[in-house]
Amino acid sequence: MKADKPTTEAYQRLVKRKAPRPPLLRNVIWAFTVGGAICAVGQVFLGFFLLRGMPLREATVPAAAVMVGLGAFLTGLGVYDEIGKRAGMGAALPITGFANSITSPAMEFRSEGLVLGVGARLFTIAGPVIVWALAVALVVAAVKTLVAGPTGG
Amino acid sequence: MATRKNGQTMRFASPPSILATVSVVGPREGQGPMSGWFDVVKPDRLLGQKSWEKAECKMVEEAVELLMTKSGVRRSELDFLLAGDLLNQIISASFAARTIDVPYFGLYGACSTIAEALALGSALIDGGFATNVCAVSSSHHDTAERQYRFPTEFGTQRPPTAQWTATAAGAVMLGPRGKGKLEVTHATIGRVVDNGMKDPFDMGTAMAPAAADTIAAHFRDTGRDPDAYDFVVTGDLGAVGQPLADELLKKQGVNLEDRFIDCGKMIYDETQDAHAGGSGCGCSASVFAGYLAKNLEQGKFERILLVCTGALHSVTTYQQGESIPGIAHAVSVERSG
Repeated sequence: MKADKPTTEAYQRLVKRKAPRPPLLRNVIWAFTVGGAICAVGQVFLGFFLLRGMPLREATVPAAAVMVGLGAFLTGLGVYDEIGKRAGMGAALPITGFANSITSPAMEFRSEGLVLGVGARLFTIAGPVIVWALAVALVVAAVKTLVAGPTGG
Repeated sequence: MATRKNGQTMRFASPPSILATVSVVGPREGQGPMSGWFDVVKPDRLLGQKSWEKAECKMVEEAVELLMTKSGVRRSELDFLLAGDLLNQIISASFAARTIDVPYFGLYGACSTIAEALALGSALIDGGFATNVCAVSSSHHDTAERQYRFPTEFGTQRPPTAQWTATAAGAVMLGPRGKGKLEVTHATIGRVVDNGMKDPFDMGTAMAPAAADTIAAHFRDTGRDPDAYDFVVTGDLGAVGQPLADELLKKQGVNLEDRFIDCGKMIYDETQDAHAGGSGCGCSASVFAGYLAKNLEQGKFERILLVCTGALHSVTTYQQGESIPGIAHAVSVERSG
């Protein structure tokens, strides 16, 4: 039986009244601390590559690669999901979160084989983000080119 | 023959016995408050298998095997196996049935499956079609997560309304009247109730209207009062859904007070990070087969109403914007007189 509109609305009001609230302050503190800590670690690696004489634009590449490796490693150890459930976006947004979003399906779907499991499911979480980020980037770049004219790069 | 059905409720003329119950659970459940009541606690979630799915299937096989030993019912004497689980094409149940090798009904009622199996099994016995029937249902945290949500190692934050799918299997051997200490006297079959809730991280809220609907129907059909029962036990509404069902029942004049308990709230404690509580076909099945049935056997409870609740959505229906339909089936279990 699908409830009629008045029943549905009355129930939604009741649910709203009784709904538990997420611990917002605690979540924010966790997200800020963990997200900040991950970025600080990234900064250390960036500094390391800068000290070895790399120009800034080049040094960001190996620094990001190290962070991706670290995220994947912590996922493999079963640690990253423990961090993520507390820190939320603080753990998801940095590049280590991207590594987690790829490594976790790779581990999960290994049981379905390397092609149909790992291969096909690797980007189940990251895929949609990449697709729409690229689409948005395309639009933004097009607008910028139309407004400001083409720039060399 | 006098009719044995009133409204949504079947009354068993010759109430089938519960010959034995078995619960097999994972490590997290084994550390919870119900720990001492389970028959088997597995030390690891994989049970030595190669995949989560094989592990869940293994739990079902082990539960049924132990159940046959405990009840003394041999394979040749077991007429039907009624089983179900949460996975697509109910693979845990069907693959276990391949091993158990007796005539098999595969059931799907999401987390309400064990009540559905007990109701149908009792009807088969009372109807004279079977002597012994095994009812079993299972769930596994990791098989459910990867099917319904995310890979297990993905670092995501769960809202406070989310429930934790239990890694557990519960099995019940039903037999002829008078052979066991407990009997199934009534079964109230639920309607599908959908109050338009859409959040798959809040199943308790989606299922509460169905639970209230079935509980109210049970009291209406049987003419019983809530004080006929020691406990009315819902399957897994959890800490969020149960107060909602209670509220909906009060509006219909059914006041359960502290008789109203919930398996989802009982299987984990606050320190186990289960948010609103447990869920999954194995949650109510193992709590019934463990804590509830054993307390009935020991005479601590006289009669309970087990109301198992299921959310009947799939990932596809959720992604297509459909609301979550709920169902609840109730079985009345009491000590044999």
